[in-house]
Amino acid sequence: MNKRDVAAAFFFAIVAVFLIFGAFMMHPFGEIEESDMDDYIIRNTQSIDADTDGAGADNAVTAVVFDYRGFDTLGEATVLFTAVAGVIMIFRRLKDD
Amino acid sequence: MTEMSKIVRTIAGVTFPFAVIFGLYVIAHGHLTPGGGFQGGAIVASACAMILVAFGSKWTMEKIKEKRLSVLESLGAIGFIGLAFIGLFTSGVFFKNFLVGNNYLFGNEALGKGDIFTAGVLPFMNFAVGLKVIAGLFVIVLVMAYATTMMKEGKK
Amino acid sequence: MIYQIPFLAVAGLVIIGLYAIIFKRNLIKMVIGVTLIESGVNLFLITLGYREGSIAPIFTSLPEGVAVPEGMALPVPQALTLTSIVIGVAVLALMLSLAIQIYRHYNSLDSDKVRRLKE
Repeated sequence: MNKRDVAAAFFFAIVAVFLIFGAFMMHPFGEIEESDMDDYIIRNTQSIDADTDGAGADNAVTAVVFDYRGFDTLGEATVLFTAVAGVIMIFRRLKDD
Repeated sequence: MTEMSKIVRTIAGVTFPFAVIFGLYVIAHGHLTPGGGFQGGAIVASACAMILVAFGSKWTMEKIKEKRLSVLESLGAIGFIGLAFIGLFTSGVFFKNFLVGNNYLFGNEALGKGDIFTAGVLPFMNFAVGLKVIAGLFVIVLVMAYATTMMKEGKK
Repeated sequence: MIYQIPFLAVAGLVIIGLYAIIFKRNLIKMVIGVTLIESGVNLFLITLGYREGSIAPIFTSLPEGVAVPEGMALPVPQALTLTSIVIGVAVLALMLSLAIQIYRHYNSLDSDKVRRLKE
């Protein structure tokens, strides 16, 4: 039991106590107080007017992913592309190896 | 990894088209039912991983070279960004839904009846992202399986 | 107290993942711990957006008697969870590739033995 194990156990105990304490201080599961942005999105998903930001879709989740928050999807496509490039680069063999 | 027995190879070859058609259905109806580009792409990539496990990694690598799959993934990414830039050139706002409200292409009104010609740019974006996810996940699994097979053969 | 069970499940998943990262020495077990923390965070994002007795926010074949903004779950946390799951897959692929490369170079997966730069 050197000092590194004692410090690791102390840090782990503090984080565990904070997590369980925080789980009891959240709001009750199922009761949401403020949801103005999501109510606006649900009400205006089906319209095709240009001045109420309509998406013209029947599925609110796909409209949020690709229309209201399309920039996050662009970032995620970049992360997927970077991961594939990294995996190919690690397993590449030169021909005279 | 080496290939499996004759029964497993036959059943995998029979089940593969049904799984691919179901995945393409989930991608194509992303703006009407739960689903979309990412979910359908994961289903088709699972079907391709089943083919990889059943037929062995050397046979799959000889049939499908990874260079062609990288071209497919780049096509998906270019399609996605191209649609965003066309929205910028047409209306001055990046990522604008420029096909909503007109009468000739994907611009109908959404009434909750399940009409497939609604939602503007969203079906094209679903196809671009689905193609990118299929190619990306399949390339990751194929390269890792082929490299470990080559490593195990080089050691013996 | 029984209404906080999803948040207690999130705390349990993160605690088990953190235990696997800190106290285990095999590299593959550390990778499994990172994936457990990722799953805990995704579960937390989804449970933030639930209303009591609501249905999915989809308008195709809507059943009768559903109030349109108040009877549906929130769509924005579901979209953020989708992005987070895909990023988790990308990170897991890169971590496993690096573990294979470390095994090929050092011939061992113990994190106490992969310390010096070997020629």
